[in-house]
Amino acid sequence: MSWILFIALAALTLAGGLGVVATRNVVHAALALLLSLLAVAGIYLILFAEFLAIVQVLIYGGAITIVLLFAIMLTRTAEYPRITDNRQWPLAAAAAVATLAVLAGSFWTKAASGTEPHSPALADLANSLFTRWAIPFEVASLVLLVALIGAIIIARENEEGN
Amino acid sequence: MVDLVYFQLLSAALFVIGMYGVLARRSAVLILMSIELMLNAVNINLIAAASHMGYRSAGEVFTNFDGQVIAIFVITVAAAELGLALAIILRIYRNRGTVNVDEVELMKW
Repeated sequence: MSWILFIALAALTLAGGLGVVATRNVVHAALALLLSLLAVAGIYLILFAEFLAIVQVLIYGGAITIVLLFAIMLTRTAEYPRITDNRQWPLAAAAAVATLAVLAGSFWTKAASGTEPHSPALADLANSLFTRWAIPFEVASLVLLVALIGAIIIARENEEGN
Repeated sequence: MVDLVYFQLLSAALFVIGMYGVLARRSAVLILMSIELMLNAVNINLIAAASHMGYRSAGEVFTNFDGQVIAIFVITVAAAELGLALAIILRIYRNRGTVNVDEVELMKW
């Protein structure tokens, strides 16, 4: 059962990813990205990471896709329905295939013998986040604040009209 | 049950798809989308490891899910990175009228 789910979700994930890098229409690429991200949320569910699955749907499926669509609409150019790749795309494909060979080969030959999949209780996750990882957690909130302020300052119009 | 290695292979495949997108696309918005794919591949890897890699001691299985916590931080940093990058893309578009990274060549020698 979990094999059927895994194969279906993996196929959706990879199909969405290929759609992002292969389509000629930017809006279609954003929708393919949404498909891929939601399938990844399903993968998290197979891995018993329920909280991460919900976070994935909320943040990636909701916020990030919407922000990307906003960016597409705010920078609309005539070539968006039929964009072109740059000239070195065969080299890029060769590099990607070579990297896949290295990564998959090392994963396959050094396959770790994991235990049965297990699920942390949400309370355990929260305990860990607010005790052992408390300082990185606070730093992450600071990172978000700084990024927000920086984004506002970079993107706003100056009074001089620049 | 699906073994850990198949999740790792899925993660590797998604990562190289994103890598191809970063290398081959011209539009900065599409490069950002490809970066999101790569970050998701890393997250799949982290969460698969977190859910499979308990350790056995004296016949008892102890669990360790630090990978899930790190995945939360990866999502946080991805959101911050996306916001900043989109602000920069909007600014470039306003100043130069294009978002193609090979046409932004002011600092190219």
